[in-house]
Amino acid sequence: MSDKVLLDYGSGGRASQRLISQLFLGHLGNDELNRLNDAAELSMSGKLAMSTDSFTVDPIFFPGGNIGSLAVHGTVNDVAMMGAIPKYLTCGYIIEEGLPMDDLEKIVQAMGEAARHAGVAVVTGDTKVVPKGAVDKIFINTTGIGDIIADPVPSGDAARPGDAVLISGTIGDHGLTILGTREGLEFEANVQSDSAALNHLLVKLVQELPEVHVMRDPTRGGLATTLNEITTSSNVCCELQENDIPVRPEVKGGCSILGLDPLYLANEGKFICILPEEYAEKALEIMRADPLGQDACRIGTMTDANPGKVVMVTQLGGKRLLGMLEGEQLPRIC
Amino acid sequence: MSFEFLEKFRDPGLCRKMLDRMEAGLYDDLRFMEVCGTHTVAIFQSGLRSLLPEKIIHLSGPGCPVCVTHESEVNAFLDLAVNERVIMATFGDLMRVPGNNGRNLKKAVADGARVKVVYSPFDTLKLAQENPDDIVVFIGVGFETTAPTIAATMKLARQQGITNLRILCFHKTVPLALDALLSDDAINVDGFILPGHVSAIIGTHPYDFIAEKYGKSAVVTGFEPLDILQSLNQMVDWRNKGEAHVVNNYTRIVGDEGNPKAVEIMYEVFEPTDALWRGIGLIPGSGLEIRPEWEEFDAKKEFGITIEDCPPLKGCKCGDILKGIKQPDECPLFGKACTPANPVGPCMVSTEGSCAAYYKYKLD
Ligand code: SF4
Ligand code: SF4
Repeated sequence: MSDKVLLDYGSGGRASQRLISQLFLGHLGNDELNRLNDAAELSMSGKLAMSTDSFTVDPIFFPGGNIGSLAVHGTVNDVAMMGAIPKYLTCGYIIEEGLPMDDLEKIVQAMGEAARHAGVAVVTGDTKVVPKGAVDKIFINTTGIGDIIADPVPSGDAARPGDAVLISGTIGDHGLTILGTREGLEFEANVQSDSAALNHLLVKLVQELPEVHVMRDPTRGGLATTLNEITTSSNVCCELQENDIPVRPEVKGGCSILGLDPLYLANEGKFICILPEEYAEKALEIMRADPLGQDACRIGTMTDANPGKVVMVTQLGGKRLLGMLEGEQLPRIC
Repeated sequence: MSFEFLEKFRDPGLCRKMLDRMEAGLYDDLRFMEVCGTHTVAIFQSGLRSLLPEKIIHLSGPGCPVCVTHESEVNAFLDLAVNERVIMATFGDLMRVPGNNGRNLKKAVADGARVKVVYSPFDTLKLAQENPDDIVVFIGVGFETTAPTIAATMKLARQQGITNLRILCFHKTVPLALDALLSDDAINVDGFILPGHVSAIIGTHPYDFIAEKYGKSAVVTGFEPLDILQSLNQMVDWRNKGEAHVVNNYTRIVGDEGNPKAVEIMYEVFEPTDALWRGIGLIPGSGLEIRPEWEEFDAKKEFGITIEDCPPLKGCKCGDILKGIKQPDECPLFGKACTPANPVGPCMVSTEGSCAAYYKYKLD
């Protein structure tokens, strides 16, 4: 294969086949994918969870991962947040002509590793190569499907007054890493993306606890926006304790330089768990026993005080609104 | 500065003590204005606003550069952004500021304008080098805090022989704006929380007139809750004693003389000029313009841009808000026709604007 991705590789002819057999099957291959049929044959039964997401992250390589691993983690997590065991993934690659073949290989390889680690199989896929400039380097779409095992199924509209609000670890790491890498900024210490597949931990939670009301990953828009979505659809108030929200000091530092708020930065390896008070301790125990949840802590409580709103109790004991993110966060003048 | 160190300025116990002390010394309302938007945000974000005694009436002043950028200046940079020869460089704050006909830079980008958000004016040097066939225009909005860096950028550009960089200079200086506010009878302010960042450049003396000429107090203040509470306590004490002072409480960052080197660079490249402030109007001598010796960088000259007073956006009460005559939620458009998603005025666009702070943080 040439050292750059050429339009030929998307032609559907021999070049495409070489790309698929040598590169994609090499890293993603499994019995179903290897058959190269027009569609995958799966057997599933019962309630299913399905989710799709397109990944257009810039830069495509960042400390802690790349667009390939991210495309797996993002979709696996979305499926798992429904209290489901993610089983199968599809992947669609849209590649800009001229992308170095090495880069593509690294991305596909990372995708393969992430999928194996998450225990999902990529069962069908698609590659398109488009002329230079038609996309920015590479876009990946993944769709995931899994068996729902939770009963009741966690849902954004199921939070109730009195519920405990937990977070599985520090927030803002991924968003700051991406922004920092994009702008070529070096931070004090090594901030890196938290991108990870959370499904094993989530499954443990729903298996061991009788009831989990909400599980959500605070990706785009961050913790603040996700909690706002939950309070709106559940029509409850979320009261957060500022002191208890875990943010790494280096993330705080980077954010203050850039004029950003970590509460609105994306996370790719964290989840919010909202459940009845009586199960909160047990949930934290389960989370902390897993490396991906070792910094898990309680950050607040659902109340019926200001339905639909997220209220922050500050370090000083004052209260303020924590609103939704409006558009993208933009760095300020000074 | 380390965060452990800053934590000391957020100590809840100490804050409580200061709040109680203030409450005990307050016999009637104290109307204080924080000039700088970063203070506005700090007061809300820390929850301080919900804890201040009721007699403390909190006003947000003209201290956010986005908010005071005049309508005609906004229209000027929006016009220029669609010029095919131009790559516009700007801080992110300006992307959503509305001009006439609902235009803004974000929409201009969607229509094909080339606009680049930069983190530092120095980034424009590289941008200019990478695009030799285009003219890179940086929108110079801001106070004494940003002007010196832009001056330094121009000096570097000259050293490096960069000829395709221009500055669209809308810089303003803070002290004269306060003078204008204080001389307006409609405005009723007892004391100012002065911007820490601006003072780090110009020091405290340019504000001495506040006490000398108007008999009001003003305190250069840091951005942590204890900084703010300490300054408020002092102003309460002084008022009780019938005194007025201008002092520097932000000594960990600000020297009384400021940063003379930065001021020197600033005035090497810029000279004072009359400036239009949104909602306030013309304040003689309160702006900066590029000196003739540096006119090769002047975007206004290059593109023949003149700035003239024009009517404010319909319905927007930004002027009254910037002057502390009205609170944001007293504007009839607040939260209805005017929201962060669909801002009518810049006070709702800027993250440091008072309307945006009210909308974002105020609970009831
Ligand atoms: S920090 Fe600077 S730009 Fe920001 S509000 Fe204060 S004076 Fe204005
Ligand atoms: S609410 Fe909107 S229209 Fe009213 S003063 Fe503020 S920015 Fe202007």
